[in-house]
Amino acid sequence: MHELGIVFYIIKNVKQVAEENHVDHVSNVVMDIGEVSTIIPSYLTDCWRWAADKETLLKGCKLTINTIPAVTLCDDCHQEFETVKHGKTCPHCHSENTWLLRGNEVEIKELQIES
Amino acid sequence: MGEIKIIEIKKSVFADNEQDANNLRKELKAKGIYLLNLMSAPGSGKTTTLIQTINRIKDKLNVAVMEADIDSDVDAIKIKEATGIPSIQLHTGGMCHLDAEMTRQGLDNVTTENIDLIILENVGNLVCPAEFDTGSCGNAMILSVPEGDDKPLKYPLMFSVCDLVIINKTDVLPYFDFDMEKCKKYILLRNPRAKVIPISAKTGEGVDDFANWLVNEVKTWRCEK
Repeated sequence: MHELGIVFYIIKNVKQVAEENHVDHVSNVVMDIGEVSTIIPSYLTDCWRWAADKETLLKGCKLTINTIPAVTLCDDCHQEFETVKHGKTCPHCHSENTWLLRGNEVEIKELQIES
Repeated sequence: MGEIKIIEIKKSVFADNEQDANNLRKELKAKGIYLLNLMSAPGSGKTTTLIQTINRIKDKLNVAVMEADIDSDVDAIKIKEATGIPSIQLHTGGMCHLDAEMTRQGLDNVTTENIDLIILENVGNLVCPAEFDTGSCGNAMILSVPEGDDKPLKYPLMFSVCDLVIINKTDVLPYFDFDMEKCKKYILLRNPRAKVIPISAKTGEGVDDFANWLVNEVKTWRCEK
């Protein structure tokens, strides 16, 4: 249940950007969340609703989550494969000498402001 | 409904914390203090392991302990009574982990004068503490035999951030289907750099190895530029 801690970090970052851009209300925060980032999207949006509504800047603000599929690269046969389906073992050559190419992102992509 | 303005950010949520953590590490380096972040699931024997270990190294190093828990101060009191070293309790106020800022606040309450080693006993949890860099100089975790040899497969991030994995409660190995070799293999699969030390905090078996590892880490940290 680290989603609440993550939400506090998102709010901190959004507040800073809003201040730099002289924005007094944000209507949507778009996140890029990797499939194997260990974040559960529904927990994140629940925590977001609870915490965001306490802030004037973020009252009623949506949290949109784009899921980034996880992809692993095999160092032996140099082919890519789906991490969630195959885990650490390459389905092409059965090597375990593999590493995560993408899919652990926890990024704030953009803020949307309605005027 | 008017127009929608978009501000692009493209920034990792962890970026600020990582910056804080790097700054904290630099400050610790300047003071010659080694901060160990010790993580594990609840009930793996962190506090007992610490008591055994601290009693073996307190003549060589000045040690302090920071206990992080959601609530209560039982661990800090236990450590202080059993070892006589300074220990403080941090409350995370419901949060499941510590970040660099919380660690810094905790450190402000520890006398850092003449201290060589500070051990941070993180909140008992195998998921969240692995995500947040505390600013520590090294990460270690304790996996206990009753938890099972498959944990490195289930909590890959935790095992991949640790420099040391202690396997505790080896005294109960005969009663569990715990395959030590398999467990070591799983750990190294996640993290080829990890060192694995099996111990029993109850009987004291292997605790010397952990104590030596710690003394050596502190020495190396101080010599590295």
